[in-house]
Amino acid sequence: MSIDQLLGLATGIIFGFLLQKGRVLRYDKQVGALLLKDMTIFKFMLSAIVVGMFGILAMHEMGLITLSLKAMNVGGILVGGALFGVGWAVLGYCPGTSVGAVGEGRWTAIFGVIGMVVGAGIYAQMYPFFKSTVLAWSDLGKISLPETISINQWVVAVIFALITLGLFRWFEKKGL
Amino acid sequence: MINPEQTKVSGSKGWSPYLAGALVGVLAIVSVYLTTVYMGKSTYLGASTTFVRAAGLAVQVVDPSYVAQNAYYIKEKVVIDWQFLMVIGIFFGALLSSKMDGSFKIESLPPLWKKQFGSSVPKRSVYAFAGGILAMIGARLADGCPSGHGLSGMMQLSVSSFVALAMFFGFGVIVANFMYRKAG
Repeated sequence: MSIDQLLGLATGIIFGFLLQKGRVLRYDKQVGALLLKDMTIFKFMLSAIVVGMFGILAMHEMGLITLSLKAMNVGGILVGGALFGVGWAVLGYCPGTSVGAVGEGRWTAIFGVIGMVVGAGIYAQMYPFFKSTVLAWSDLGKISLPETISINQWVVAVIFALITLGLFRWFEKKGL
Repeated sequence: MINPEQTKVSGSKGWSPYLAGALVGVLAIVSVYLTTVYMGKSTYLGASTTFVRAAGLAVQVVDPSYVAQNAYYIKEKVVIDWQFLMVIGIFFGALLSSKMDGSFKIESLPPLWKKQFGSSVPKRSVYAFAGGILAMIGARLADGCPSGHGLSGMMQLSVSSFVALAMFFGFGVIVANFMYRKAG
């Protein structure tokens, strides 16, 4: 195994461990979030985002790492995002959690994993079509929120963190 | 042997999602740093590209020339890379954690699903399969999933990720509420 693969495997084992400990691999938690009845997924994701955000922005400012933003391709993000949302609700898992769900014994998630591999194959076959249609509409490039609204990234990060903490307080107050 | 104690344990609450999530944030930071140092390229958590590579590897067995000529497989490269092993690692990490705290459980049907749609395993399997196809076509169009956009993209304050995540949840909320609407 190469160093890349070893690092990936170790990272994945810890990631899977934490996903399972946070109990976010469950269909009931994922669909519960989409039914707005169980906020576990939001608590987990937003906590990860806020902590990760400060570390990554700091390391980037120190020149230790490079950022890797995904392009704001309008058609791709809107149509793809909508399609993903539909599929997510029907399957009840996202790509990473489907694999983890099989790991904790929820074996029918394997049909979701197989469906996603088949979906990827269909996408590869249809790629020329998507490239000349949906993906060709408008591409705004790799833009970040702070530069788009011309506000210092730390201000944006702090505001994001404060909104998140406010949401957490609200979740706990409502018992969600 | 199944005893009531065991089912009680399998329903145990695990860790606080705030704590487990915050630790994923730490993992993301450490992982981006280590990949930069050891692989020469800052690599972020993500999962959906791996499904493209898995599809490429599977098709390659039957028709290698198709994969070699397909523009998308050429673009994403059919290799077993960092992320591929990361996704495999998720399986083992979840297995390890659930075996350690007794929450591992061979379960065909999620409780919530069973309550609404009954106890047919084939029905659930067909839905899971079809949902998987739709979700992955969407994730590839959007160039990411709740890991790549939801976690990594949001951490970098990427505009595309804010919009993608809003779409994921927006449409997910609509469809889930439709599926779980009260009968009659």
